[in-house]
Amino acid sequence: MFKALADPTRRLLLDALFVRGGRTLSELEAVVTEYTEMTRFGVSKHLRLLEQAGLVVTRKQGREKLHHLNPVPIRSIHDRWIDKFTEHHTVALTDLKRQLEDTP
Amino acid sequence: MSSTTPQDIQVFRIYIEAPIERVWEAITSSDFTTKYGYGGPVEVDLTPGGDYRNLTTPQMREMGLGDVAISGRVLEVDPPKRLIQTWRPAWHDEDTTLTWELTEYAGPLTGVTLTHDCTGAPNTAAEVIGSGGADQGGGGWPWVLASMKTLLETGHAMVGAGG
Repeated sequence: MFKALADPTRRLLLDALFVRGGRTLSELEAVVTEYTEMTRFGVSKHLRLLEQAGLVVTRKQGREKLHHLNPVPIRSIHDRWIDKFTEHHTVALTDLKRQLEDTP
Repeated sequence: MSSTTPQDIQVFRIYIEAPIERVWEAITSSDFTTKYGYGGPVEVDLTPGGDYRNLTTPQMREMGLGDVAISGRVLEVDPPKRLIQTWRPAWHDEDTTLTWELTEYAGPLTGVTLTHDCTGAPNTAAEVIGSGGADQGGGGWPWVLASMKTLLETGHAMVGAGG
């Protein structure tokens, strides 16, 4: 999952799907090519990797394949990692504050 | 990432190490629904047009809800693979549509894809996405599905889930 997140194009795709889900490959291709040169095949490869990592889910609507973010793993990354990191930083800052305040 | 309006159609996917029939039961039977998610028994007539009710837990009634937390109607049913139903929370005046799709893989492993169409239901959409704290009841579907996975894989309820 972290490998999936490690690429700027894939992060761009996730950002785009966060703003608005339910997009087709063509729409996402347009988003990517605004920033960088990439073929439709390249975009499709990135999307497939995101789907394999569980971060993106697709559903069919008529003949179209629509891409959505999957909030399930994103929530669990947040709960397991981000909260812990924030907590550490807060603790570190509190400790620093205490040390500074205790120094005569 | 900046905050944005909740999306009309939300799709959630999780994989659970359990046979597809057990996952189906977890969705449709009170034996399971009282042990994960927000809890409460489920009454569902699994035929097209059949009624669906997720009853309240004692804790929900203490908070002022009546006997029914979620009401709805079965639109399409194909056990143990597919259930489409309307879904109306008692605390919002909003009708939404849920689609459960289950796929069994070798293992057995079951892929659960839940699509919640909250078109025209912004309050429901904002809650089910699960961006609130799980300990404050804000876990939404990601939390409900995580607790379903814990229950089916370990046999015991996830901390804070069920009721």
